[in-house]
Amino acid sequence: MESTDLREYHSVGMSVPRKEGRDKVTGAARYVDDISMPGIVYGATVRSKVARGRIKSIRFGNEVAWDEFVIVTAKDIPGKNHVALIADDQPCLAENIVNHPEEPILLLAHPDRHALPKAVEAVSIEYDPLPAIHSIEESERCSEIIWGSDNTFKTFLIEKGDVDAIWNNADYIVEAEYFTGAQEQLYIENNGIIAAVDAGLGITVWGSLQCPYYVHKALMTLCALPEDKVRVVQTETGGAFGGKEEYPSMIAGHAALLAIKSGHPVKIVYDRLEDMTATTKRHPSRTRHRTAVSKDGKILGGEIEFTIDGGAYTTLSPVVLSRGTIHAGGPYYWPAVRIRGKAVATNAPPNGAFRGFGAPQSLFAMERHMDRIARVLGLSPVEIRRRNFLQPEQTTTTEQTIKEEINLNHLLDRALELSGYESKRARFAIENESAGSKKGMGIAAFLHGAGFTGSGERYLGSVVGIEAHADGRVRVLVSSAEFGQGTNTVLCQIAAETLGLPYEDIEIAQPDTREVPNSGPTVASRTAMIVGKLVQSAAVGLKQTLSGCALLGDTYTRAQFSTACGKYAAARGPLKSYARYESPSGIFWDDEKYRGEAYSAFAWAVYVAEVEVDLTTYSVSVKDFVALQEIGKVLHPVLATGQIAGGVAQAIGFALYEKVNQQNGRMQNGQMTNYIMPTSVDLPPIRVFFEEIGSAHGAYGAKGIGELPMDGPAPAIVNAVEDATSIPFNSIPLLPEDVFEAMTARLEPGNAAIPLAGAR
Amino acid sequence: MKASTTSAGKCEVSFTINGEPKTVFVYPMERLLDVLRGQLTLTGAKEGCGEGECGSCSVLMDSVLVNSCLVPVLQASGTKIITIEGLAEDSRLHPLQTAFLDCGGAQCGICTPGMILAASHLLHKRPEPTLDDIREALSGNLCRCTGYMQIFDAVMQAARHRTAT
Repeated sequence: MESTDLREYHSVGMSVPRKEGRDKVTGAARYVDDISMPGIVYGATVRSKVARGRIKSIRFGNEVAWDEFVIVTAKDIPGKNHVALIADDQPCLAENIVNHPEEPILLLAHPDRHALPKAVEAVSIEYDPLPAIHSIEESERCSEIIWGSDNTFKTFLIEKGDVDAIWNNADYIVEAEYFTGAQEQLYIENNGIIAAVDAGLGITVWGSLQCPYYVHKALMTLCALPEDKVRVVQTETGGAFGGKEEYPSMIAGHAALLAIKSGHPVKIVYDRLEDMTATTKRHPSRTRHRTAVSKDGKILGGEIEFTIDGGAYTTLSPVVLSRGTIHAGGPYYWPAVRIRGKAVATNAPPNGAFRGFGAPQSLFAMERHMDRIARVLGLSPVEIRRRNFLQPEQTTTTEQTIKEEINLNHLLDRALELSGYESKRARFAIENESAGSKKGMGIAAFLHGAGFTGSGERYLGSVVGIEAHADGRVRVLVSSAEFGQGTNTVLCQIAAETLGLPYEDIEIAQPDTREVPNSGPTVASRTAMIVGKLVQSAAVGLKQTLSGCALLGDTYTRAQFSTACGKYAAARGPLKSYARYESPSGIFWDDEKYRGEAYSAFAWAVYVAEVEVDLTTYSVSVKDFVALQEIGKVLHPVLATGQIAGGVAQAIGFALYEKVNQQNGRMQNGQMTNYIMPTSVDLPPIRVFFEEIGSAHGAYGAKGIGELPMDGPAPAIVNAVEDATSIPFNSIPLLPEDVFEAMTARLEPGNAAIPLAGAR
Repeated sequence: MKASTTSAGKCEVSFTINGEPKTVFVYPMERLLDVLRGQLTLTGAKEGCGEGECGSCSVLMDSVLVNSCLVPVLQASGTKIITIEGLAEDSRLHPLQTAFLDCGGAQCGICTPGMILAASHLLHKRPEPTLDDIREALSGNLCRCTGYMQIFDAVMQAARHRTAT
């Protein structure tokens, strides 16, 4: 290192190499199933075959040499038999009652992983079946109570203005109901965990997971161990999308119980079928809109009922419901609104976190409903949005005043131009008359709040650390996990930029609860924005420590920084700086009334889909897709573009391909052969564009982007399908058979058109 | 706890992996994927679905792209196998690996080894592929992170690099 190196180093806003990229392209990256240990044995789970019932007996068939196996039941649990999260209702192993198919009952371990499937089959469990519930409607009827006193996990009520007074002034009242289906995260790496027990150190688990400290807490509860006797290490994780937020706590519990009883390290890696049938999905939803509109196209107010199917246990449903409820009004100004959110129980495996976390569901309804309102009023989808967009200084449904410099009309204009919306729409209207396929254009405008809702970040109180070695190398200490989205890279960029050092000088620690502070879960589009800002603060603290000791001036070279670190280390030992989250001043949130500043920043977007409906196969294909968003500072253009394109692809699957077929609560198509995600030949060009308006609340002006692209594509696509076919589809996934049914029903003489809306 | 161990029914199978001759003692119907990942500790090939849908376990066998989860190891006898570990030469990244890094073709990385091998198979057959060629050639390899766009960019960049050199 030359002391004459006076270069200024910048990395924010540049597409620097992904930190762990080289290992990923060479095959050197070590995922949990790539790791072995001396004496390792393999674990498997015996699961419920019924949706609801009382366990009568468990028999072990004599075709298996059971003395070779370690068997764990609920009786072997040293601590409390639940997966600690929000409520304590989900057992780690069912004891007397099962409440959903695939509920874990018993665990097996064996040195040969190939011996396990046969052994799992040889355990036969007899049940006294109990009546089960399999839909939101059945759950609401309460003919059978399967959870609490009324099958309801959680309700929310948002009330703004005098909703009851709006109906008399309305020129139109537009009512409709919208549905979204379950969706599998379908990370390509299945869930997996290794657990090992050491008499002195306690339990260590390594695994594919998003939230090391969630697993840490769950293991302390299950195993009755103090904080320092549980260690959780995140291994390279092959995709997560929310699907590795809560369920890894369950698997880690299972692996730990087997490790305790066997004395061996235990590896549990699910195969695809087990992963798909037993672990969480996106919550199915039903949204009802009743909206009062004036004849000039202004929303006067309305009522929204947003209901989600939580499955058999609480898990994260209250939080998913919260986000979905808050996003239900979209990016529009509502003078008065009443939004009721409700999460209900059914006898299916619990639904859980999945990118977007409730918002894709309620925003699908909102954006479909805007097109419906436009039709009723005879306005264009563009015009209805233009007339109702939130403006700066207006308030959201939770009465949060928009203080950001938003300009949604500008976003809309640019998206229309980029997609050629008006000219294509006019052309398709003519061509559709005679063609063998029908084409259409659809818009969705939406927003996504970054970080935990309301007081959430304050309760979390995340901590980030940064340490400097004697040779000037810097290491970022966070529990925020990398699972493809770019955590490692972006947080190192922020540290490098703040310290004025080259990106290459910054490393990031592997998330390990023994080594890193709790920077919170890797969820909610919070990492770049919230954790990034803390990394920035910790880096500033590090500089201040060095300058406070008179080791570093206001400006310095890379070599001077390195010398300062060396001197500090020699005189005082390791140099570490920590930053803890403090909520920005002037933030008000009322948890009771669900009113106030729901998020410190929102990302805003307008997406445009061009679709073609084939009149022979009735399949819908997306021909072009424009994704324009305002996300604050783009920290890394290549990563940000990849996040958006990937989210759009996943949302195209949500809209058109991915259907979870459940029978009696059990997924029937839990394989990649029959659960269809988009392949490289199925997707349109996904054209990604950004607008950058820096946010004061994020590192270098960044806002969250991870979940945003999941929200808009489904309504944009279905809006485009309506544009092409004039059929107001209200439910996704929209499969060819659904299109066939609706279009052929229309063609038959005597069939009335599908009713559009109740207009008056 | 201990497993009953027996070698009855096992046989020797020889092949070349990444240029090195190897002999393994295996059950003939073991999946090539398990032998690669187990005895040979070549864990770059991943199991995503175990039924030939996702392509994460792709390797090249005598220059043919195969899903190693569907190949009984006996079928690999006498073949030349290339896995992701054999693509970089003397620690110098293959142009496809560099392009995947530059273009954002790898996010979580779990599909990446198979995806890169599928792309190298394409470029071998068709050094100047069209976008449609790329889409078609990668359609047996699923990626849930990228939406494929940056993977297409990466393959295009690698093709340009190959043509230029």
